[in-house]
Amino acid sequence: MNAPDSVGVVVAQKAQFDEPLHLRSGAVIDRYELAYETYGKLNASRGNAVLVCHALNAAHHVAGVYADDPQNIGWWDNLVGPGKPVNTEKFFVVGVNNLGGCHGSTGPSSINPQTGSPWGAAFPVVTVEDWVAAQARLADRLGIERFAAVMGGSLGAMQALQWTIDQPQRVAHALVIAAAPKLSAQNIAFNEVARQAIMTDPDFHGGNFYAHGVVPRRGLRLARMLGHITYLSDDAMAEKFGRMLRTGSLKFNFDVDFEIESYLRYQGDKFSDYFDANTYLRITKALDYFDPAAKYGDDLTKALSDARAAFLVVSFTSDWRFSPARSREIVKALVDNRLNVSYAQIEAPHGHDAFLMDDVHYHDLLRAYVDNIDIG
Amino acid sequence: MNSADRESTLARRADFEAIAQWVRPGARVLDLGCGDGSLLRFLKDKRGASGYGIEIDDAKLLASVRNGVNVLQGDLETGLSGFESGSFDYVILSQTLQAVRHTEQIIREMLRVGREGIVTFPNFGYWRHRLQVFLGGHMPVSRSLPYQWYNTPNVHLFTIGDFESFCAEHGVRILERAVMDRGRIVSLWPNLRGSLAVYRFDKGQRP
Repeated sequence: MNAPDSVGVVVAQKAQFDEPLHLRSGAVIDRYELAYETYGKLNASRGNAVLVCHALNAAHHVAGVYADDPQNIGWWDNLVGPGKPVNTEKFFVVGVNNLGGCHGSTGPSSINPQTGSPWGAAFPVVTVEDWVAAQARLADRLGIERFAAVMGGSLGAMQALQWTIDQPQRVAHALVIAAAPKLSAQNIAFNEVARQAIMTDPDFHGGNFYAHGVVPRRGLRLARMLGHITYLSDDAMAEKFGRMLRTGSLKFNFDVDFEIESYLRYQGDKFSDYFDANTYLRITKALDYFDPAAKYGDDLTKALSDARAAFLVVSFTSDWRFSPARSREIVKALVDNRLNVSYAQIEAPHGHDAFLMDDVHYHDLLRAYVDNIDIG
Repeated sequence: MNSADRESTLARRADFEAIAQWVRPGARVLDLGCGDGSLLRFLKDKRGASGYGIEIDDAKLLASVRNGVNVLQGDLETGLSGFESGSFDYVILSQTLQAVRHTEQIIREMLRVGREGIVTFPNFGYWRHRLQVFLGGHMPVSRSLPYQWYNTPNVHLFTIGDFESFCAEHGVRILERAVMDRGRIVSLWPNLRGSLAVYRFDKGQRP
């Protein structure tokens, strides 16, 4: 892929941190690595850096392709690149794989230096706050004192929001897309079913499956299939698959009859090939635990009282996972704090996944907002 | 921008100066139906005002974001429940009151959320409008009412006299009034000679 608006071939890098990181759980990680990628150039005033935070299954590969894997296009490549809404000719964009991940940063599948074998079940539960703390250290390493913007969709947006609370002086703008200020019981319920699917897979071995040379593939498949259902809207599924049959007629057995079944199986298989089950468990927990208002008596306005950033909050009409009403809770808390905020509710049929899609108005809006960001 | 929109932008401009004169420096404002955000931009530049616009239309919302003002997508008809009482110095409804379905509710909400309200609207009692209706036999089309009857967003057309009666009946105290035609203040026979009216008002509970 050599499209003129692509950042082109990119190389993932690693940063090693030897200073212990104290996690919200009380656990301490003595040393860890973070995998990251950067696009564009940091300017002389170091004021043009944008941090892109990833959601559940993505990582630091935000844009461009790898020389040895030209099909592996970054997950937000439609947004990040030269001349794109997040213009890499103006901004220095950083993507980072979160701690506990399975794409190069230290996580459950990494070798625990104390034992010489994979962490597995021993890897601690990590939270959005922990990720922000680790990302801030990467920023230090890259010489970024203050981000022009921190942005993300879904769980990535939660990290952007947490940044404005934990590091108020280090974020000029936060782009909070398809987010919620905390998960609902229904959201947590879906995550719990996914975790149960993984943990009850006989190949899970209490999280220490690496030693057995197996992967809890069945559990991962189910978790991913369930996830996919929640990312799409009923309308989007109806439009894409309807009741279309795979072979044109019912089989009267339990093989794939409908296209939607085939699609979910395919997505599940693909996912179980590359995603670590222990990482999945931890990321869903990080989602469940995210609730910045909790320690302020459930008052989100108070939780955001130290925030200084300007915000763009975006929701999508068909997103039933984190509906527009959830984004409006965030907007209200920001308005209560008299912070600069714009809010858009995008008319989109795709459900929660809309934040990843090409939508002209959505991208125009992001471009308009990002274009106005002062980079010093 | 089509010609009707351009006309309405020109008509809008006339009321900006009047509003800006009334708005205290550094005030917190909420602009209902903020369009492309140019009034907020104007108040920000001229008076150092801050605050938010509310806009339902995608294209106008985008224009507001381009204009560098805070804009929140939402529907005025469902109220201002996302705002705490008394959180703004002024709540402004510029050239929008005639397009709002629930007039009483919006005025009430304006005075709940803001200490003062400011509205501007095209005066249906303007002599040219009267002439077009009574002599021409057609609904008026003018600089301040740039639409045809079949494509107008306006659901209530009213005069300066109507608005003042409304305020008297609803306990709304008028603090200041400016009536204009083609950007100039009209003091003699305003309901006849003014095409655009601008009012500042509050709840009228102060002694």
